[in-house]
Amino acid sequence: MREGRDMAQGFSARRVAAIALATALAGVVQVGTAEAAKDTLILAMTLEPPHMDPTAGAASAIREVTYANIYEGLTRIDAKGEVQPGLAENWTVSPDALTYTFKLRAGVKFHDGAAFDCSVVKFSYERAVAPDSTNAQKGLFEPIAATSCPDANTAVVTLKRPAANFLFSMGWGDAVMISPASAATNKTNPIGTGPFRFKNWVKGDRVVLERNDAYWGAKPALASVTIRFMSDPSAAAAAIAAGDIDAFPIFPAPETLDRFKTDPRFTVKIGTTAGKTIMSLNNTRPPFNDVRVRRALAHAIDKRAIVDGAMSGFGAPIGSHYVPTDPGYVDLVNTYPYDIAKAKVLLAEAGVKPGTPITITLPPPPYARRSGEVIAALLQQVGLAPKLVPMEWAQWLEQVFKNSDFDATIISHTEARDLDIYARDKYYFNYQSPEYKALYKQYLESRDPAQQTALLGELQRKLASDEPNVFLFALAKTGIWSAKLRGMWDNNPIPANDVTGVSWAE
Amino acid sequence: MIRRGRAAGLIIGGLLSAAIFLVTAVSFFWTPYSPTAIAILERLQGPSAAHWLGTDPFGRDVASMLMVGAQNSLTVALVGVTIGLVLGVAFGTVAAARGGVLDALLMRVSDIAFAFPALLTAVMLTALFGPDGGILLRGIGITTIPTWATGMASGLNAMLAIGIFNIPVFARITRGAAMSLWKREFVTAARAAGRSDASVTWVHILPNLASVLIVQVTIQFALAIVAEAGLSYVGLGTQPPNPSWGRLLYDSQTFIDKAPLLAIFPGLAITLAVLGLNLLGDGLRDLLDPRLRIVRYGTERKAA
Amino acid sequence: MIAWLGWRLVSFVATLLVASLVVFLVMEVLPGDPASVMLGMGARPESLAALRAQMGLDEPLLQRYVFWVARLLVGDFGRSYTYSVPVAELIGQRVLISAPLAILAIGLSTLLAIPLGVHAASRRGRAGDVAVMGVAQIGVSVPNFWLGLLLILCFAVWLPWLPAGGFAGWDKGVWPGLRSLILPAVALALPQAAILARVTRSSVLDVLRADYVRTALAKGVSPRRALWRHAVPNALIPVVTIIGLQFSFLLAGTIIIENVFSLPGLGRLIFQAIAQRDLIVVEDMVVLLAGSVILVNLLVDLVYAVIDPRLAQGEAR
Repeated sequence: MREGRDMAQGFSARRVAAIALATALAGVVQVGTAEAAKDTLILAMTLEPPHMDPTAGAASAIREVTYANIYEGLTRIDAKGEVQPGLAENWTVSPDALTYTFKLRAGVKFHDGAAFDCSVVKFSYERAVAPDSTNAQKGLFEPIAATSCPDANTAVVTLKRPAANFLFSMGWGDAVMISPASAATNKTNPIGTGPFRFKNWVKGDRVVLERNDAYWGAKPALASVTIRFMSDPSAAAAAIAAGDIDAFPIFPAPETLDRFKTDPRFTVKIGTTAGKTIMSLNNTRPPFNDVRVRRALAHAIDKRAIVDGAMSGFGAPIGSHYVPTDPGYVDLVNTYPYDIAKAKVLLAEAGVKPGTPITITLPPPPYARRSGEVIAALLQQVGLAPKLVPMEWAQWLEQVFKNSDFDATIISHTEARDLDIYARDKYYFNYQSPEYKALYKQYLESRDPAQQTALLGELQRKLASDEPNVFLFALAKTGIWSAKLRGMWDNNPIPANDVTGVSWAE
Repeated sequence: MIRRGRAAGLIIGGLLSAAIFLVTAVSFFWTPYSPTAIAILERLQGPSAAHWLGTDPFGRDVASMLMVGAQNSLTVALVGVTIGLVLGVAFGTVAAARGGVLDALLMRVSDIAFAFPALLTAVMLTALFGPDGGILLRGIGITTIPTWATGMASGLNAMLAIGIFNIPVFARITRGAAMSLWKREFVTAARAAGRSDASVTWVHILPNLASVLIVQVTIQFALAIVAEAGLSYVGLGTQPPNPSWGRLLYDSQTFIDKAPLLAIFPGLAITLAVLGLNLLGDGLRDLLDPRLRIVRYGTERKAA
Repeated sequence: MIAWLGWRLVSFVATLLVASLVVFLVMEVLPGDPASVMLGMGARPESLAALRAQMGLDEPLLQRYVFWVARLLVGDFGRSYTYSVPVAELIGQRVLISAPLAILAIGLSTLLAIPLGVHAASRRGRAGDVAVMGVAQIGVSVPNFWLGLLLILCFAVWLPWLPAGGFAGWDKGVWPGLRSLILPAVALALPQAAILARVTRSSVLDVLRADYVRTALAKGVSPRRALWRHAVPNALIPVVTIIGLQFSFLLAGTIIIENVFSLPGLGRLIFQAIAQRDLIVVEDMVVLLAGSVILVNLLVDLVYAVIDPRLAQGEAR
């Protein structure tokens, strides 16, 4: 749920406008100087990261600057969301799925010259699980029982219990390798093993990365990358049109994108993210403890209308807590088609009288506030009396997320493949299903890929059938970049702007 | 010429203010459409016979939203100024009547209040009570709000912030005017006749403050409308889905290149309301007492 | 006079102390936890506790307040929870945007308002006066953030001359930075200029009625000379006072304009800090802003006291 936090941080990112497309149309054509030999990239992001240590903060912006560029983990996630070798060349998994043996790359050095070997792996993982760890995803490391170093280039990680997605988890930004020498200062001076090193940070404006010539792998085509922070879509649009910015991987104002689509100088790519936007329901609080009520709400809500009205048409409706690009995705969008009459019947069966109030808590991100307005209007049509309660992010975390004191709320879960949250003993929406838990345990322990896929399908169907939350849509990744750029990520399976493979076409 | 201009100002101001209040009053009983009814297929239409001022990105009727927005904007401003007026006049008259340490203390308190711009106060109140003031309402035992009042209630933080900002404004002018009244013969005479300070204040001071206060209220009310719009614009005032002029402006901003009229109408409404009240205030001042010194406190921090 | 000054200084310090206590307590009872804002929804309770300890939030309330004030007194603003950099550095970077914006706005409004105000006063009741005051009347009524939106529409969308928002930074030279401040400064300045022009006009009219100006006129000094040599300099005292007050308010008052143009100034910083529960940043900024407002008030009173010592005596009674 990094998205939400980020939105709270960039107060005006959500206030601001998409304007200045006239600038684009006015055709302020700027011919870059010496374009043939271009090896610099200026990329823009909406929000500035609070600091540069992905192992000590939840903000996506930290990962969008540092992931794969500055820091690397044992595994890495590629543009398709698949696990690739990172600082581990290869690995073997024991038959009981409890021991992972990673063969580490030799000769890897951190930007400050410190050597990378198994002791670094041990340090990084132990630091993440230590009692004083401030890792935002400590849960990822929870299955780890111990890390040992038979030799400098081999790391053996033993688990307490099988974890089918362990290799994927170790590819997250939260699991990157940190040198003991620089761990304390990474927030302001990040030191990793990646193909780019941190050069400087002009606060409120930009971060500059430069090529790491001592990089262990293939050297990136780009010699320097400037990441600019522009919360204002209008300024962003103008800057792209003028050629001041080469790429805006997640453009903040989708309502203005169509103008760029027709311009041959730009590539407009509507991709996917792992962000599952849902209307969470408090499953222990009446009337939401009745599955008929939850299904009625699902029938009452027109997902297409929300995507069109609140998101300018960008975003794919979903039918479960899973996005179409995830492995083993099953299309369940039409489980509860938009049907006012059916919704009313179900509500009546469950004894919910017309005029029953429902409080919908809205955190600050615009997707939540706007979807809330549409949902309130839709729920009125089935006779309910929805009340919208906007909330600050900090207050939402406290009241809704921590204390589960809510009826319904709208939020995007941006962590990738987080079906586990429905199997937790305590999570804010209070879904408790022994069948689901059993299925999930089976999935974690399965080692046959075909069986895993089948179980993932089962998990999604179970969720769609119980409808603990009303699943709305997957957040879109709305990207614009120069038509000459190659190698940009179309989708964001995890929050990242991996530019290691980016180059300019001749 | 100037005098005639002033008279014209008074008339124009009066008419403008009356018109705004009339439209607001009508909106309680009738609007062309429901201001919250969504029609995605009719989104972002220009002005037409069906929708006089067009529709917004959700297909809602802009004219209806502006009318209901007036309710919320004006009520928040009015309640805010009333809080400032009541407490400020109380502080000011007591300070003037008692003088000495109490006077100094009250004026220091008003200094502190004055040191916090209304926006800063609103930011803190919002963090404290939640954007819609719900934490405060529940805290004092209010759990249900009638439907017609939900929009206004959601601007609770803005009301309080505007109120707090107005306390020192009214306290200072009341104190100043009251102190000069205390030196007048009829007050001295009343005191000589054995009347208490409280009784003198009630019978002789307050009635004589009326004209100063009426004029100042008009001016502060105009400022409060701008302040409410500013607060709603940055998300600290009226909360969705309830419309207010400032919130409509905020919502319009992302669509300014597609539908610039969405940004024009609410701003125009604010400007006309403020202009009307300002003209009315200036006209009233000339009418009631041309020598009145009106404190234009806070004019320099409009919307702040 | 000295007793008066002493009293004012004592009350200045007392006011600041009260303000600091108020903001500290308010921030303390706010719902929400800075650690959970930092670590988001995946955070485990023990990670939150560890981060709170790291931030020093597990220490007793009184101790934290006393230490904070004590550090402030020696100029140490502490370290931001979210950004892990000294708060002074954060504020310093933001002032480089907010202060030039405020100066630009004040300069612009003064340059516009004083000549217009004097012109109106000198042509009292005639067409020029009516026109200037009519425009000023409308100017006072236009909210500056709406004006900002209109300026964006005209000069960034329809006529692509200036950036619609964002800040280009000073490191690429003065012009790119200044360019991003022009529209916001104009949006701030025009309504201010309307107020200032009205003040100037009435102040000049007051002085023109004064005896010494009449005497000068009677002695055969030309009306033009009487206006510019005698009336205007004297009339400017209240005008300068208002400008001084405007400046301190502008530092805080640019917040909404910063939002319209998404400028990373002081206002944005305080909004962000509150949303993230970066308590120390909020506390420092509130004390600084309140302090600057009170200080300017004090200076204004001081100037008056120097001009007219009777005021000081009246106040110190």
